This record gives sequence, C-alpha cells and structure tokens, in this order.
Amino acid sequence: MKARAIIAGVGDTAVGKLEGSSCLALHAEAAAAAVADAGLESKDIDGVLCAYSMTMPHLMLASVFSEHFGITPSFSLAVQAGGATAAIMVMQAAALVEAGLCRNVLVVCGDNRLTGLSRDGAVAALAQVGHPQFEQPFGFSVPAAYALVARAYMAETGATPEHLAAIAVTARRHAGRHPKAQMRAPITIDDVLDSRPIATPLRLLDCCLVSDGGAALVVGRSDMARDLPRRAISVLGTGQMNTHEHLVAAPSLSEFGCKASAAQAFGRAGIGPGDIDVAEIYDSFTVTLLVELESIGFFARGEAGPAALEGALDLGGTLPCNTHGGLLSFGHSGAAGGLFHVVEAVRQLRGDAAERQVPNAELAFVHGDGGILSAHCSLVLGRV
Amino acid sequence: MNDMPEFATPETQGFWEGCAAGELRLQRCNDCSAWQFPPRAFCQTCRSNALSWEPVTGRGRLASFTEVHRAPLPEMREAVPYLLALVELEEGPMMMSNLVDTDASRLRLGMALEAVFGRPGLKRGPLPLFRLRDGTASEGT
Ligand SMILES: [Zn+2]
Repeated sequence: MKARAIIAGVGDTAVGKLEGSSCLALHAEAAAAAVADAGLESKDIDGVLCAYSMTMPHLMLASVFSEHFGITPSFSLAVQAGGATAAIMVMQAAALVEAGLCRNVLVVCGDNRLTGLSRDGAVAALAQVGHPQFEQPFGFSVPAAYALVARAYMAETGATPEHLAAIAVTARRHAGRHPKAQMRAPITIDDVLDSRPIATPLRLLDCCLVSDGGAALVVGRSDMARDLPRRAISVLGTGQMNTHEHLVAAPSLSEFGCKASAAQAFGRAGIGPGDIDVAEIYDSFTVTLLVELESIGFFARGEAGPAALEGALDLGGTLPCNTHGGLLSFGHSGAAGGLFHVVEAVRQLRGDAAERQVPNAELAFVHGDGGILSAHCSLVLGRV
Repeated sequence: MNDMPEFATPETQGFWEGCAAGELRLQRCNDCSAWQFPPRAFCQTCRSNALSWEPVTGRGRLASFTEVHRAPLPEMREAVPYLLALVELEEGPMMMSNLVDTDASRLRLGMALEAVFGRPGLKRGPLPLFRLRDGTASEGT
C-alpha cells in the first residue's frame, strides 16, 4: 500500500526580538525540537527542505544548514516562494514521502529579521518583489501593493476599515492566549483605526510584525505513526496555484490563485470548506486574510469582514482562524512565519493548544500566499 | 539615449525611449496584434518574435490607488506622502504609476486618467506619470 504522509513532529523557537540570534542558530534550534518531538534522532533525517534568509542570503542554504546541523541528507532543496514557501515545503515533503524517495523529511525555516535587519531594512528588502523597472521606481512597497488590493476589494465589496480592523483585533485576542506570541496586549477597533497610516487604507496595525524566530517539522510515513510519541497528523490534501509575480501582471484585482489552490487541496482531501474545524491562513495584512477567506470559500464575497466583527474567527466562532495570533500578532520571521501557521494547526489537531484549543479539532486548513497574492499553497491536515 | 533610466534593458529600451520623447509606447505583436506590458522579447499571446513599439493614447482609468506614508527606501522619505496607482490603459495592460496634480480626497476608482512625464525620484530619464483627465470620472466603478 502506498505510504501516506504524516507530520510526525513540530518545533519552534521563541519569537520576537531575540538579541544575539542568527539565521542558522534559529534553524538548528527549531530543527532539534521538531526531530525530538517526532521521537527521532538527527541521523534519521534523510530529506531536508530549507527556505531562504534575508539576514544570511546564500546560494545553497539547505546545504549550509545540513552541514551546520551535522547531517548528510540524501535529498536536499531550498524553496523560495515568499509567504507560500512553508506550505509548499510541506506539500513537497509529503510528495517525497509518498513517492518513496524519503522516509523522514525535515522542513526548517528561521531568520533574525528583526535584530538582523530592522523594520526599515525588512521593508526595503521586501520591496524587491516589485518589478525593478515598472513598479519599484514609483515607490512600490509590499504594504503599498496590498493597499492597492485593499482599495479595490473595499470598493467592490463595500468592506469598511472597521472590517479590516476586526481581523487585527481578532488576531491580537488569539495571540493573548499564546505564551510565545510577540504582541499579546489586547487592542480595539479604534486602536487600529487610530494607528498611523502606512499606505492608505492600511494602517500600522493592519500590517504584520517583523520578528526573529524559527520553526520546523518532520514529515514522515503513516506506517511510523503507531511508534510516535505524539499523535501523528495526516497530510490529507495539498494544492498550489501561481498566477503572477508582479501586481501589474495579476489576472485580476479581485480573484486570486487561492481559490484554485484551495479547491485542489479540498478535492484531494475529499472534503470542503464547511468541514474545517480550524484554519491557519496567511495574514501578512488584514486585507490578505479577508480576500483569502472569501476566495477559498469560507465566506461569501464581502461577508468575511462583517463575520469577523461578530466574532466568527475567534474561539467559539464558526471558523476559529489563526489561533496563535498569525503574522499580525504572533510573529513573522520570513518563511518561518508561514511555518508557524502549520505548527499551530498540528498543535490544534493534537489537542495540545492549551487555552487556545478549538474543542475536538479534527480537520485543519492551512494556506500560504507569496508575493502580492501571487503564489498560493493550501494544505488540509487531519487527525490520523 | 542618454535621457533613459540607468535600469533600461534591451527588451525595455523602446518603452523608455518613448518616455524620453514624451510619448507612451507599448509593445504590439505584428502577427496577432496583441498589446503587451511589461515588455519581453516574444509575444506572450502567440509566441511570435515579431514585435513593434507603437504609441498609445496614454489614456486609462484608475483601477486602484494608495497614499503611501511610509517610504520603502530612505531616499524616498522626502517624497511621502505620494500617490501610487494602478492604471488600466485603454489598450488593456495595467501599469503602476504615480498620480500627480491631485490629492487623495479627489480620487474615485474608475476616474479617467492621462499620462504625463516627469522624474520624481530618478537621476536620469522621465517616468510615465498620470493625472486626472478633465477632473471627471469615467463610466463604471
Ligand atoms: Zn502575438
């Protein structure tokens, strides 16, 4: 019988401003935690997937990491797809395991974006996703690009600044229940609306954090599940869609690849959005989450904002979403930011999420988006 | 030639030559007549390599805009706040640009725009910028 892929172990580091941290040290710490959580030793790892680093850019990050960690994997690869990277790494790891090419694939990300780069440095580095001739010379930034999406989305759906703010407030409420979250003090709708403008209609509290931190997980074969120290989590469905990189080349300002990516993942899992107990969805900006929630099919067009205002995304709501606090309040340290969503989904499905636990969570949906809603990857995870 | 941005490449040279001459030009396929932007060495629609640079109307409609308060680069700090926009050209392609001679409170999506040329942040070569046409909104949203 064909082996199915499971997530056998997860790990993460502290998140926030970590003085003295480094890209490789964060990788190693998260990796060691994930390997131990899976009940494995580092010599059991035969596949390594790394992402990228802004503080330590390197041509061969996966090789540098493996050398540093002290392993000699028979398969090694670095993935670069911005915010979609983490989900794509899990999709790729599952494919490697199901194809029989690897037994235990380590997926690991980490970066010291905050102490190594500063918020200004991160904003400048990220502006590289803009077209060098036809976007950057006009003062392109990633927040400005999402602001352009937000303006078009709000005009089409009637969404208000309060609807966007509800996403930030909900994220902060979730983060307040996670001891590792970078920003835990509660905020109000007015706090968001009164925060300083970054690129209208987006304000400071509509934007994700910049953090140091790392995360890792081990994808293995379902036949190892009974020997695991922790409950194994199945990768039930994966999907991906890539429609553009530059915003000027996006096929539409209202429909993005998240729709096809999610449909593929749901189709492979044999379920639909209505079956999901908990969702961990890329929230680089408040508007990112609103657009994705609707495109993916969790809410009808224009209804995610009003639903968020009424608590639909909170614990006890119809779709508890970003229960760790997301990129908006838990933390965002590059590719690890997306991996925090996956780690949280696994903890929810294991029943390990303590006071932020969604009762009886059996099916989770995870989504990553890279660029300006350019690259998308979706995962459906479930209890074995 | 010398009034072109330093980042112009062989594939985009025709575009920036147009700007230097005060004219918006886009690539058009000789075989299937498709317009395309950003420029490339082949027609993305039919894969032909026969492309020409043709002047376009420079008219479009405001697809979206934002007033940017936080500059991505230190050298742009003096320019904030500035208006970044997506402009859907009459010929079809979408361009990113800056809006000039207006302010955010006057703007509505769908407004009619026209190209002008200037160099807000560059050492060499004018950029295509946009301003309101007659100050009136076009049909639609
Ligand atoms: Zn053609």
